[in-house]
Amino acid sequence: MDLRKLTAEQIRADLLQRRYSAVELAQAALEFAERENPKTNAYLHFCPERALEAARRVDEKIARGEDPGLLAGVPTAVKDVILTKGVRTTCASRLLQDFIPPYDATAVARLEAAGAVIIGKTNCDEFAMGSSNENSAFGPVRNPLDPERVPGGSSGGSAAAVAQGTAVVALGSDTGGSIRQPAAFCGVVGVTPTYGRVSRYGLTAFASSLDHIGPLSRTVRDSARVLQVIAGRDPRDSTSAFAPVPDYLAALNGNVRGLKIGLPKEYFEGLSDEVGRPLQEGVRLLESLGCTVHEISLPTTPYAIPCYYIICTAEASSNLARYDGVRYTIRSQQATDIIEMYAATRGEGFGAECKRRIMLGTYVLSAGYYDAYYLKAQKVRTLIARDFAQAFQQVDLIVTPVSPFPAFKLGEKIDDPLQMYLSDIYTITGDLAGIPCMSVPCGRTRDGLPVGMQILANHFQEALMLRLADAFERAGGFQL
Amino acid sequence: MASETVVKITREEVRYVADLAHLKLTEEELERFARELNAVLVYMDKLNELDTSDVEPMAQVLYDADPTATLAEDEPEPPIGAELALANAPLAGAGFFKVPKVVER
Repeated sequence: MDLRKLTAEQIRADLLQRRYSAVELAQAALEFAERENPKTNAYLHFCPERALEAARRVDEKIARGEDPGLLAGVPTAVKDVILTKGVRTTCASRLLQDFIPPYDATAVARLEAAGAVIIGKTNCDEFAMGSSNENSAFGPVRNPLDPERVPGGSSGGSAAAVAQGTAVVALGSDTGGSIRQPAAFCGVVGVTPTYGRVSRYGLTAFASSLDHIGPLSRTVRDSARVLQVIAGRDPRDSTSAFAPVPDYLAALNGNVRGLKIGLPKEYFEGLSDEVGRPLQEGVRLLESLGCTVHEISLPTTPYAIPCYYIICTAEASSNLARYDGVRYTIRSQQATDIIEMYAATRGEGFGAECKRRIMLGTYVLSAGYYDAYYLKAQKVRTLIARDFAQAFQQVDLIVTPVSPFPAFKLGEKIDDPLQMYLSDIYTITGDLAGIPCMSVPCGRTRDGLPVGMQILANHFQEALMLRLADAFERAGGFQL
Repeated sequence: MASETVVKITREEVRYVADLAHLKLTEEELERFARELNAVLVYMDKLNELDTSDVEPMAQVLYDADPTATLAEDEPEPPIGAELALANAPLAGAGFFKVPKVVER
């Protein structure tokens, strides 16, 4: 077996035909991942015992003639902001370096119930805050396609693991692009479902009105398969949606003729040739598949970055208040009174980007500034959502770039936080509107770096979005 | 750059915000955040170009069910228990989180 070429579908078929056992596959995947890891630092830690136990359950089910599940035996990586019972979950933060969760995230429990084999936890920006994976307390991740470059962020480890082939699928989280941008930088597929489509129970909260869990994989089909498993109402997350989960795999029927695709002019104005050229070719490919292309306008786009960075930092400052030295593993030894203990623990424990966002969020929520910043941003968010609602009256799907540039070099942008924030321009709007969106590989730059195409759909239209992405992927042959 | 001439936040205000956030910062961090937050806040002024006087703030991202749909029956489930809840505490004892003394005798 070549782990780098396996898909979930192939693994299931192989297991059912007894070509290898789930335990053999898990052992091979763990060995391969541990050997490859020094090249990328994609994983923070492995969980071989848990993996082998999950694999044994799959083998036993197959031996008994039971259905082993949609993800039977699939080597899976999980971003380290998603809780795994008994397996260290650090959020790439010093503050949680020894944290052992007492329960599983719902998405994790559903993956394993479907036969997935979780082999390890992936590196990311601390508390999922960043666009390059350079904000991890445990060192940056390197892009497997070019180790001088970042894998994107914040789910950089998950994207790198899938791209290097050490995991077949991975879970990431997305608040402003943290699944799609690393997927684009590493040449893989990444899906951010509709807000509420996938339970966030057990996802460490960053900005609760924007946080999502979603899959990364090498093929659209595999992401559809993971989404099938993790989507759906969860009583443990009151924001999870009741809407029934359609059959995503059945939707991948290649039937995209006549679909109306909107190209928002605000996303293409001033786009570099480097990213623009592969994207134009991608749009032509969509036309050759029978889609019609229409220029549309999302006029509030230029205001999305200030809107996003007010809302996400405000929510982050409140969500991160719980890391105070009382409940979570690390406490400063510098303090004698309780207020000093909170402040010193947080001052020693958080990295620079978390501190910056806590400061910004505290400021925009503080007395005298709330109306000018937070309330204003919430109103602009209404306008951004309205832009999309109007656009989806004219078109079925929207296609845009994922990032203004391909994977950049480590250290290139880390010293200018505002410039780093501006790089999220194309991905934050989907999160602000709560609509599903994804990145699918769309060729390469002249220097050979992967470029992603973003597809956005109306609320709960994941099936249509995945159908277009699957048809595009197969027509273009862009998989790694 | 405009961000260097307009002062949105002073170093003293940064110190005040850090206190609100229970975040102990070094002098170097105060200096750096004053500069960086200022640049970001200047950029955020862009929102004032938009007239939002007739726009409702987005209080709910998406909600496709009856208002009472997420109300659960009041059925107690077994809690995770003190031992597990305290397992990650930096300091615990007698079934409680331990912290420095808050009240003087």
